[in-house]
Amino acid sequence: MINSTISRRNFLRTTGVTGAALCLGFAFSSDGKAKVIVADDEGTSAIEMNAWIKIDKNGLVTLVDHRAEMGQGSYQSVAQIIAEELEVDLKDVNIIFAQGDPKKYGGQITGGSSTVRSAYKRLLKLSATAREVLIAAAAAKWKVAPADCYAQSGNVIHKASGKKYHYGELVADASKLDAPKNITLKKRADYKLIGKPLHRKDTPMKTNGEAIFGLDKKLPGMLYAVVERNPRFRGKVKSFDDTAAKKVPGVKQVFVVKMEVFNTIREGVAVVATSTWAAMQGRKALKVTWDDTGFEHVNIADIYSRQQQALKTEGISFKKQGAPDNLLSKSSKVLDVVYQTPYQAHSAMEPVNCIAHYQKDKVEIWGPIQAPDWVQGDISKKFNVPIDNVRVNMTFLGGGFGRKAFLDYPYEATAISKHIGGPVQVIWTREDDTTQGPYRAGISYRAQGALANGEITAVKFRMAGQNIDHWSNPKRGVANDSTTEGFLAPYFESIKNISFADVPFEMPIPNTWWRSVYASTNGFAYESFINELAHEAGKDPLDFRRGYLKDERCQKLIDKMEEVSGWKSRKKNEGYGVAITECFASTVGQICKVSKKAGGGITIDKVWAVMDCGWYVNPDIIKAQIEGSVVMALGAATIHEITFKDGLVEQRNFYDYKMPRITDIPPIEVHIIDNDADAGGVGEPGLPAFSPALTDAIFDLTGKRIRKLPFDMAKV
Amino acid sequence: MISLNVNEKIYNIDADPNMPLLWAIRDIIGLTGTKYGCGVAQCGACTVHLNGEAVRSCVTKVSRAEGQKVVTIEGLSQHNDHPAQVAWNEENVPQCGYCHSGQIMSAAVLLRENPNPSDDDIDSAMAGNICRCGTYLRIRKAIHLAADLQRKEGVSK
Repeated sequence: MINSTISRRNFLRTTGVTGAALCLGFAFSSDGKAKVIVADDEGTSAIEMNAWIKIDKNGLVTLVDHRAEMGQGSYQSVAQIIAEELEVDLKDVNIIFAQGDPKKYGGQITGGSSTVRSAYKRLLKLSATAREVLIAAAAAKWKVAPADCYAQSGNVIHKASGKKYHYGELVADASKLDAPKNITLKKRADYKLIGKPLHRKDTPMKTNGEAIFGLDKKLPGMLYAVVERNPRFRGKVKSFDDTAAKKVPGVKQVFVVKMEVFNTIREGVAVVATSTWAAMQGRKALKVTWDDTGFEHVNIADIYSRQQQALKTEGISFKKQGAPDNLLSKSSKVLDVVYQTPYQAHSAMEPVNCIAHYQKDKVEIWGPIQAPDWVQGDISKKFNVPIDNVRVNMTFLGGGFGRKAFLDYPYEATAISKHIGGPVQVIWTREDDTTQGPYRAGISYRAQGALANGEITAVKFRMAGQNIDHWSNPKRGVANDSTTEGFLAPYFESIKNISFADVPFEMPIPNTWWRSVYASTNGFAYESFINELAHEAGKDPLDFRRGYLKDERCQKLIDKMEEVSGWKSRKKNEGYGVAITECFASTVGQICKVSKKAGGGITIDKVWAVMDCGWYVNPDIIKAQIEGSVVMALGAATIHEITFKDGLVEQRNFYDYKMPRITDIPPIEVHIIDNDADAGGVGEPGLPAFSPALTDAIFDLTGKRIRKLPFDMAKV
Repeated sequence: MISLNVNEKIYNIDADPNMPLLWAIRDIIGLTGTKYGCGVAQCGACTVHLNGEAVRSCVTKVSRAEGQKVVTIEGLSQHNDHPAQVAWNEENVPQCGYCHSGQIMSAAVLLRENPNPSDDDIDSAMAGNICRCGTYLRIRKAIHLAADLQRKEGVSK
């Protein structure tokens, strides 16, 4: 993919850089292929031009993280990959975030657990290329063969004499060389950094208040704004009275602002002030009359009853093999059940916020942003500003979970900045963050299955819930392309008669990705149903899966789950449950152990998770991501749910949209399978298997089958 | 003018006396380590020390802090070396990191009051601090480690 090079001369002609630093990056040509480029550079501009690696003449190494850091560890993982082949010590490198620019970095949307898996092969190649260029430069100075030299800790060393140059001494010469072809990458066994549980480089600044999140960024002359938005999605402003608001000291301006939420407009009244508090006080003093006509005011009970109705129809077929309908109608042993999953807010600890500075033909954005390249394109288009004049800067994100890939808040901040003619930080209060969406959609599923002689003969799944794609794509009549997300591919080898369908279901509630996306709800329905079929067949649910998931990686995963959890030696009064899901190219199996709590209810004694994500960078980050995914799944399964009444969201803050706390958390033991498969995702795949494993453990203990989330563990 | 003593430095600020200490610290004084999470004392992200006690700065009026000693995460130690900070780094606690200023400020008071906390002690002291990334198991582990470090150092900050 990246064997060809752009000649240095050609690169310099197109970019105009000169000077004494070595920069390596990729050029993405029109065919979408990435080509390694080497360039010299003056000052810091090359970072902005496209390099992932910059080494200056003092030897300072700067690495670029092209993706958002929202807790999942890209800041560490990208650097850990580059430093490995570059042969530098992580303690000596400086890491910066890229600006939004898909021409330089390719897609930057931090979603789909894709940072490592989409980039690691080319980043390894890029950093090995940098190392080889530096070795070539040193070898030329010594007049020896490059093969007689090696690189270590930011130096090139001549084997025979022990002479060395640090990288900074070589950049001037190295930057005059073309990128060598046929680079040999290290063997995995020789890695010094990759595969090691190294401490994250962003931890120290997160323990002393230094890390700059969106809300912490300030621009000179910046004002603060909050917006009283119509509490109903798609609602407008009829009129407002700002007499009292304008009397609040510090309040500067009050005006109507439109926020585009996909293809619909929500209106609100912006209050701009000299401090966050003054803006909030001004907002409290506002009197707004809303226009709530022209759209349905939904109630939560209607949503789920309509989904139940929808599931009586066939829907749009997504995948079908064999003749499941035929077998279901003929079978004497049939299960036919419905699962229901709730709407969820993302509730990142850092509420949504954004700084915008609109100037004539130029926009600068700062914020906790998951998709800087998307924001750049969106602002350019909607405000008619040339794309190269839209600079989108990512700060650290205080959580994202999908919410901060949405384009509404940078758009609204830009509209406010344009109106006031200066830089502004728009802050969403926790109540705004909870009540305004977008949400993970609540989805209902119908599952039908037939058994004969203790084996599955047919399975038929249907889902009814909002489709995220429908917001941006007017195309209807096609099934949700994530209808099978979360469901393990090897099941299709062993269940000969199986079908999946998507029953179209529309609601005026903005919805978007939420950690692990459709797998977070599909996984509950599909894996719960496998468990129900296992129990109906009189089989152990782990052994049952062993019979259906014949793929070698799944077999190893199941063996590991059994081994670490003590599944076979479980005692009376211990409920054990299992589920295995796959999403974003990684498979995670979980076993949950529960027992009855003195005084009633259920307690989770332990969760075991086994992850198969193929090639990986940092096992401690993987463990942390799975621990966090289990906690997030626990909240969504047993604690919180977004509901609607007359078109209004009924939850406002953490007092009524409660979060799991330290008192709610069971021990979580994570194991990682070692193999040489391609890298899979890490940030999300640990989530979906938890809720079906938990509910099956409760069934194992109590005989009570839970098909609706969330449920109260104290009342089971 | 309101006179505030934050991290042993005096700031004379022009602010509405009803303004929460949180916004005075962040927007006026410019120390952004203390975080806004909920505004209603539910999440603990804004935790600071007022005369040595952990308080939620989002519901503490700036007038109440006048003339009192306020310590924020930036002032907890000189070199990121309070035992809790050392332990947080050692156990790789933070993910997104947003809540951890508040987590550490809560933990610091616990460690001073109870040099050898049990799991239950930790849970009850830390139950007011939410972490959406779900780092709770590591928080508990780090507090145990911090208690060990504190005993070894023989210092209690």
